[in-house]
Amino acid sequence: MSGHPTMPIDIDEPDEAVRVRLVVNGRKTVCEVAPRDTLVDCLRNQLELTGTHAGCEMGACGACLVQLDGHAVHACLMFAVQAEGARIDTIEGLSESGAIADLQAEFHRRNALQCGFCTPGMLMTAHELLSNVARPSREAIRDALSGNFCRCTGYEAIVDAIAAVAEARAARAAEGTPQ
Amino acid sequence: MKARAFSYFRARTVEEALDAHARGGDEARFIAGGQSLVPALALRLQAPRILIDINHIDELRGVRRDGEWLRIGALTRHCEMLSEPLIAEFAPLLRAAAPFVAHPAIRNRGTLGGSVALADPSSEFPAVVLALDAEIEIAGAAGRRRVRAGDFFLDLFETALAPGELLVAVHIPLFRSNQRIAFDELARRRGDYALVGCGIVGSFENDLIQDIRIAFFSVGNVPTRARHAEAALVGARMDADRIVAAQAGLDNDLAPADSDDVPPAMRLHLARVLLGRLLGRIGEAA
Repeated sequence: MSGHPTMPIDIDEPDEAVRVRLVVNGRKTVCEVAPRDTLVDCLRNQLELTGTHAGCEMGACGACLVQLDGHAVHACLMFAVQAEGARIDTIEGLSESGAIADLQAEFHRRNALQCGFCTPGMLMTAHELLSNVARPSREAIRDALSGNFCRCTGYEAIVDAIAAVAEARAARAAEGTPQ
Repeated sequence: MKARAFSYFRARTVEEALDAHARGGDEARFIAGGQSLVPALALRLQAPRILIDINHIDELRGVRRDGEWLRIGALTRHCEMLSEPLIAEFAPLLRAAAPFVAHPAIRNRGTLGGSVALADPSSEFPAVVLALDAEIEIAGAAGRRRVRAGDFFLDLFETALAPGELLVAVHIPLFRSNQRIAFDELARRRGDYALVGCGIVGSFENDLIQDIRIAFFSVGNVPTRARHAEAALVGARMDADRIVAAQAGLDNDLAPADSDDVPPAMRLHLARVLLGRLLGRIGEAA
């Protein structure tokens, strides 16, 4: 059906295991996946990083958010094979590095954890938001959280926690950098 | 839910992608950002046997000025609409629309080319490229061609792309100093699909509207120009009477389909309200 000359291209078979090299939470990792395995499948089933939750598996609930090369993405909306060579940071990685320790403490203090299922995604969104905007308004926080579902409806406490961390970080930054 | 098993191919050039698609035929699909395609695969609304990943094709990346046009590579992510200085300067309507597209994590991955190629009638960017009179660059076995946005969106999820053709770039006429833009949408919740949305580009001379392009989305099978509303405005000042006349023109421009939750009369009413707000904003920008 095409006038193209046949080129030697390498198309994997549908159920053939494909080797994927990733840097997950700072460690080099090799996984064997099927092309249709999503990144969340790979993280949970192969690497046993079960903090990344599989919820709606269609990009609506935000429970599967991870950082791909430093930016929040849905691990359910890409195939693991697509992440070849990428740097993935999961909730476990951010937790171990202490990058979100203040967010975690404030979620705990304000009872924003609820059942906990959505919490990893909420923290990913909060981390990304506060990395981009130092002191977001409550409206901006709500806007950013529009991609995360909390079925316990803990939103008010979650917004409180993120706003409080933003203020605390801004105050610390002001102390550290005399005007 | 899981996608049906498929073969995966990572294309490095447009030619490789086209060739792989030609081999797969009806069973092949390109994947760019995947933010609409992956859910469709998970729900088995689509079940291709070969998925051709175009994310690593350099030619599809980047934003650059090309004479009187801004060339935006198909792989340009939605988040780049907010951060790219060339878009802020030369295609501000795209920047204005970007915050309304889904959620931040979706915007980190979704692409302009994917949104335009999918042609979801509820999506922001197809209507924006229509308002901008953009040209869509397409690569296929027979070579390259450019199609005006007005000729690109044919019907529900149906475009001028033939099977196996790849959307390479979107070309936008450079924003001019005598132009004004406005964009907004009405949705139940930020990030949800709009009940109705609209993007406008107007050119002014001595405060008179020289020409104006008004494109609505979420009101029909394709993004829709409001030509009667536009005609009511051309040659006039943007005053209250003209805005009312333009709103009345929408009765002839839009024919929203009936749906369970939003009756056509309500959607048309919301379109009038939205148009009034946007034209008011453009008028105040004088």
